[in-house]
Amino acid sequence: MNPVYYLYLASLLFTIGAAGVLIRRNAIVVFMCVELMLNACNLAFVAFSRLHGNLDGQIIAFFTMVVAAAEVVVGLAIIVSMFRARHSASVDDASLMKL
Amino acid sequence: MSAPAVHSLWTTTAADSIGTIPSPHIEYGQISPVLIVAGAAMVGVLFEAFVPRKARYYAQVILAVLGLAAAFAAVVALAADGYGSASKAHIAAEGAVAVDGPALFLQGTILLTAVVAIFTFAERRLDPAAGSHRVDSFAAQGAAMPGSDAEKAAVRAGFTTTEVFPLSLFAVAGMLVFPAANDLLTLFVALEVLSLPLYLLCALARRKRLISQEAAVKYFLLGAFSSAFLLFGVALLYGYSGSVTYARIAEVVDGTVQNVDPALAGTMGNDALLLIGAALVIMGLLFKVGAVPFHMWTPDVYQGAPTPVTGFMAAATKVAAFGALLRLLYVVLPGLTWDWRPVMWGVAIITMIGGAIVAITQTDIKRLLAYSSIAHAGFILAGVIAASPNGISSVLFYLAAYSFVTVGAFAVVTLVRDAGGEATHLSKWAGLGRRSPLVAAVFAVFLLAFAGIPLTSGFAGKFAVFKAAAAGGAVPLVIIGVISSAIAAFFYIRVIVLMFFSEPRPDGPTVAVPSPLTMVTIGVGVAVVLVFGIAPQYFLDLAGQAGTFAR
Repeated sequence: MNPVYYLYLASLLFTIGAAGVLIRRNAIVVFMCVELMLNACNLAFVAFSRLHGNLDGQIIAFFTMVVAAAEVVVGLAIIVSMFRARHSASVDDASLMKL
Repeated sequence: MSAPAVHSLWTTTAADSIGTIPSPHIEYGQISPVLIVAGAAMVGVLFEAFVPRKARYYAQVILAVLGLAAAFAAVVALAADGYGSASKAHIAAEGAVAVDGPALFLQGTILLTAVVAIFTFAERRLDPAAGSHRVDSFAAQGAAMPGSDAEKAAVRAGFTTTEVFPLSLFAVAGMLVFPAANDLLTLFVALEVLSLPLYLLCALARRKRLISQEAAVKYFLLGAFSSAFLLFGVALLYGYSGSVTYARIAEVVDGTVQNVDPALAGTMGNDALLLIGAALVIMGLLFKVGAVPFHMWTPDVYQGAPTPVTGFMAAATKVAAFGALLRLLYVVLPGLTWDWRPVMWGVAIITMIGGAIVAITQTDIKRLLAYSSIAHAGFILAGVIAASPNGISSVLFYLAAYSFVTVGAFAVVTLVRDAGGEATHLSKWAGLGRRSPLVAAVFAVFLLAFAGIPLTSGFAGKFAVFKAAAAGGAVPLVIIGVISSAIAAFFYIRVIVLMFFSEPRPDGPTVAVPSPLTMVTIGVGVAVVLVFGIAPQYFLDLAGQAGTFAR
C-alpha cells in the first residue's frame, strides 16, 4: 500500500475544506470546512508517520484533535452569540463595519 | 520501512518485558515564566468559581498583575543567569522550547506590555457607572443578548466580565511560548493557546456589542482558517524531514543530516514537500503578524474589539508572532534563505506601501491605527529580511519600542468619549487640542513616534531595521521603506493638524479623566517614546546581546 495515495486524499480533503471556507456563506458551515482542513492535516500526519516509521505524526494527530475540540468550544460560543443577536449566521450579513 | 516493522512499533513492546519508561527531563526553572503565567490563569478560573462577585474584580486584577510581575522577575533572573548569552542559551524541555536571548527578550517585552495592557482592562472610571456599580469596558454578561432584558438585568445588577483577566493571562502564556517554540507542534499549540482567548476577548465589548461580536466572528473564522494552513504546512515539513524539531528539520534542509534511512532519503529529495510546507507555515505566521496579503482581518477586528483588547492584541500578538517568524526563518530555514528572501521582499514591500496608502483614506481612528500597524509590520519585515545577527537585534529593538507606544495610543483612544461610548470617528477629534491640550499632546507624541520623527522611539527603531536591511543587501527595500514612511507621516500629521488647528465641534466628545491605572499605561508609553528616542543605546546594546538563537 503506497502512503502517497493517502497524501493525495489529504490534499484533496484540505482543498475541499479551503474552497468551502471561501465559498460557503453560513458561519457554521464555514467552520465545519475549517474542521475538515484540520482532519486533512491529521490524515497527512498519520500517513507520514507510517512512511517514516516513527510515532511523532500519530501523537500530533491527537494534539490536533484536542486543539480542534477547543476551537469548537470557542467558535460555537462566538457564532451562537452572533446568531442570537441577529437571527442569522450568514457571514455576508456581518458587514456593520463596511465603509 | 516495511509494514510489519512499522506495526511492531506499537505491538511487540507488549510481548517484551516492559522496562521502566524514562520520565521526560523538564527544566522547570527555565520555563518558569510560562508556568507562572499559566498557573495564575488557572487560579483566576478558580477565583471565578469561588470568590464572591463583589470581591472578584480586585482579586482578579491583583492576581493578574502579580502573576505577570512574577513571570517578568523569572525572565530577568534567567537573563541575569546568563541564558541570554550565546554560550549558555540552550534548548529546554526535551527540545520543545528554547531558552535563549531572543526568547527571553521577547518574553520580557510581552510581559511588560501585558502588565500595562491589564491596567487598561481594569480601568473603571471611563464608562458612566451603572447604578452604584462602576463598570469597565467589557460586557456585563457576554452570554446576554445585546439589548435584551437579560442584558439590562445584568447591567442593573452590576455584573462585570472579570473572566477577561484569566483569559488574557492564558493568551499571554501562549504568547510566551510562541517565540520560544523549538518544534513545530509546540509552535502550533502555542498559536492556538494565544489565539483562542483573544477571539473571546474580541467579542466582549460593553458598547457597540454587535460590531464587537462581528469582529470576533471574523477574527475567529479567519484565524482558524490560517491556523489550518499552518498545520498543513507542519504536516508537510514533518513529511519532508521525518521530524518536527527545528534542529532536525534544519539539518535535513541543509543536507547535513546523519544516518539517513530509506524513507527519509525518499522524502528528502522531494522539494515540493519542503517548499509548500515552508510556505504554508510562513503564511500562518504572516497572518498573525498582519502582513499584506493576509491582513484583511486587521482593520475590522481592531475596530470592533474593545479598545483595551485592541491595544493588547496589536502590541503583544505582533511581538510574539514576529519572534516565532524570526526563529522559523533563522533556525529552521537558513538553508532556504535564497528561496524565502525574494518572497519576503515582496511581502514587505506591499505591506509597507499598502498599509500606508490605505491608511490615508480612513475616517475611524481605530481603523487608522490598524492600517498603521500593518505598515509597521512591513517595516519590521524589512529587518527580518536582513538575515543577519543585526537583523535579529534590530527587530527585537523595534518590537520593544513599538509595543508600549501602541498600548499607550489605544489607551488614549479610550479616553475620548461621547454619549455612545468611545468617539472613534476622526471628525469628532477635530479641535481636541483646544479642549484638552494634554491628552491631544500625548496622542501627538504617540503619532510622531509612529511616524518615526527623530528623537522618538519610532525613529530609533526604523533606523535600526533599515540599517540592518541595507547592510544585508536590501537597499531598494530601504528606499521603499523610507518612501512609505513619508506617506505614513502624512496621515499621522493630518490627525495632529486636525486636533490642534481646527475648530472644536459644539457636539464634540468629552475627554474622560481616567484612574491612575490608565495614566500609568499612557505614561509608560510616553516614557518609552522619549527614552528609546533620546537615549536608545542601552536598549540597542541589550537587543544586540540578545540577538543569537540557540540551535
